[in-house]
This record gives sequence, C-alpha cells and structure tokens, in this order.
Amino acid sequence: MKLSILVSEGPYTHQASDSAYRFTKAALDKGHEIFRVFFYHDGVNNGTRFTVPPQDDRNLQKLWSELAEQHNLDMVVCIAAAQRRGIMDENEAKRQGIDGNNIAPGFRISGLGQLIEAGIQADRLVTFGD
Amino acid sequence: MTMLHTVNKSPFERNSLQSCINHANEGSAVLLFEDGIYGALQGTEKSSLVTAAMNSVKFYVLGPDLKARGISEDKVIDGINVIDYDGFVDLVTEHGKTQSWL
Amino acid sequence: MSETKKFMYVNRRAPYGTVYALESLEVVLIGAAFEQNVCLAFLDDGVYQITKGQDTKSVGMKNFSPTYNALGDYDVNQIYVEKESLEARGLTLDDLLDLKYEDEDDDWAEKDSIRVVSKKELADLMDEQDVIFSF
Repeated sequence: MKLSILVSEGPYTHQASDSAYRFTKAALDKGHEIFRVFFYHDGVNNGTRFTVPPQDDRNLQKLWSELAEQHNLDMVVCIAAAQRRGIMDENEAKRQGIDGNNIAPGFRISGLGQLIEAGIQADRLVTFGD
Repeated sequence: MTMLHTVNKSPFERNSLQSCINHANEGSAVLLFEDGIYGALQGTEKSSLVTAAMNSVKFYVLGPDLKARGISEDKVIDGINVIDYDGFVDLVTEHGKTQSWL
Repeated sequence: MSETKKFMYVNRRAPYGTVYALESLEVVLIGAAFEQNVCLAFLDDGVYQITKGQDTKSVGMKNFSPTYNALGDYDVNQIYVEKESLEARGLTLDDLLDLKYEDEDDDWAEKDSIRVVSKKELADLMDEQDVIFSF
C-alpha cells in the first residue's frame, strides 16, 4: 500500500518524530511504499543538519536522512513553516539574503501543496504530532 | 471503510482520549501509543471510560511505549491487544483511514 | 486525472496559544486549489478559533480570524461546529463569525457555511471522509 506520513513536531521535544520514524521503517520493512513524509509546524526542525545530540542517544536527523537514502524517500519540509523557524536550503538562503543554510541531506523544501498531494495520492495518511 | 483512531497523549493531561471515544463509531479501532498508553491501564480513574467504550470499539496499545514507561503488560486492561510497530502498520492498512487525536 | 477525495480538517485547539490554528488554516487555503471535497470541523477548544471580536494588538500577534471570512471565496463552505463543544464553553452560534458563501447552484444566493452538528453527527461525518488532517 502507498502511505503518506505527516510529522508535526520537531525532534526530541515530542516523541512524534521517533514514532513517525519507527512507523515508517516498519512500513518499509513490510514492503509498503512511502509516497511522502511531510514535515509541518515544528516538524521542519527535523530537517536541520546542525544538530549535535549527545553521543549516547539517537540522532533523529541522521536516522531520517539515512532512511531516505536507503529507500529513496521523498521527505518534504514545508516552506512556510521552514521560513518561520529558520530552516533553509541554499536557494532559499540566497533568495532571502540569509548568510547560511542548514537543510539536512534527504530533505527538500517545498510548498503545502505537497501535503495535499500526499493525501490525494496515498492510500493512507498518518499524522504524528502533539 | 472503518476508521483507526490514534491517541498519543495521556488522558490525565488532555481530553484527547475522551474526545476520541466521543467520536469513535461502532466497529472502529483505537490505538493508544506514546503517552496515550496510560489510557490502557487497569485501576485508574480513566479505566472505566475505556472499558465502556470497548463494548463497541476495539482497543490496542503499543507495546514498545508500555515498555519504555516501565509498564508490564499485565497492567493493561483485559481485552486490549498489545501490538508493536508492525502491528501499527497493519492497523493503518486494515482500516480505511486514520485519524490522530493529538 | 487523480480522483476527488473527501478531506476533513479537524481543529481542536484554541487560537494564539499555539500555532496550529493559523498553520491549519494555511493548509486549507493552499488545499483549496486542488479541487477536492473539503470540509472543516471545529470541536473542543477549536470552536474558539472562529469566535468574533478577536483583537490581537496588545499581544503583538497577527489576527488571522478575518481569513475565515474568505473561505467561502475558496469554495470551502462546509464548516461543521460541534454543538456539545459550544455548549460546554457557554457559546452559541451568535458568538461565532458569520461565515458565508455564495451558492453557484442557487443563483449565487448567500448562505451560511457553518452548520452546528452534534458529536454523533460529527462522528458520522468523520467516517465519511477519505483523509483526515489533525492539527
């Protein structure tokens, strides 16, 4: 089956990103297709590569980036939510005159239409939030 | 199409479990996970809310979240199935749609 | 051509204390372009999102409540408000924004977008949807 995942909270503060990750991994291991993982609200904070969590704990950004690479996942960070919270890719940074960018590998910044499309194209949409 | 409802917050913190139960029609399923697992436990002020709902709705609880919080499965209300992430995926695909009560 | 699905946006939280009300509205507006069958549900504290008289000047936040009035222009005109949630909060329809749309099938007659429904009716409406967004 084709599944879409909505992650509405950032890493560590809420369990949402962990649960979403574990669910997504289980779905892939079972042979399901993940149409898209969409990060909204504080969920966009999962997509920064500037995190340095303690060594003895999981690194959520790396886990997502690695899962995306392993399975060719489409992981989208909402541009409006990202702008509010300071998640930038190179293009956005240039456009906005920001002196750096921080998007993590495997994540791309795009519009809310991608969330709607994720709902239309998938057989199921599951939301992980607070 | 039946609905899978998920509740991830404790019933002592939020009204999400109550709200979910208020809107879960007969034949639907409810998965308690993250802090929502506290709603699956015997001997709390919320237990009767859940056992009453179990007459028409099937309840599940996510084992990994019980374990993380140090809760043994024998503390779970009788009749609530303990499942893992694989089971969570199966619930999502078996039911027509999922509604998350945050 | 992709199928048309029934989408419900479920709103259960008060405005301003958290961002969810504003950012959910942003999804609704973008989503309107996709010509799906869209409805909104306001229940629990979500009913506070569409109350009249919001004045955010002294908290320094953007008052986005006028945007709800534009929903009719975006063909979003099925707005369900839960009766029990209103009653628990001592609210009536009079406390809510007067949300309207123009019915193109009825000579553009102006009609109310808000329908107050019981929790059972809302549960049944939820069961009819293909996709439910929770914010």
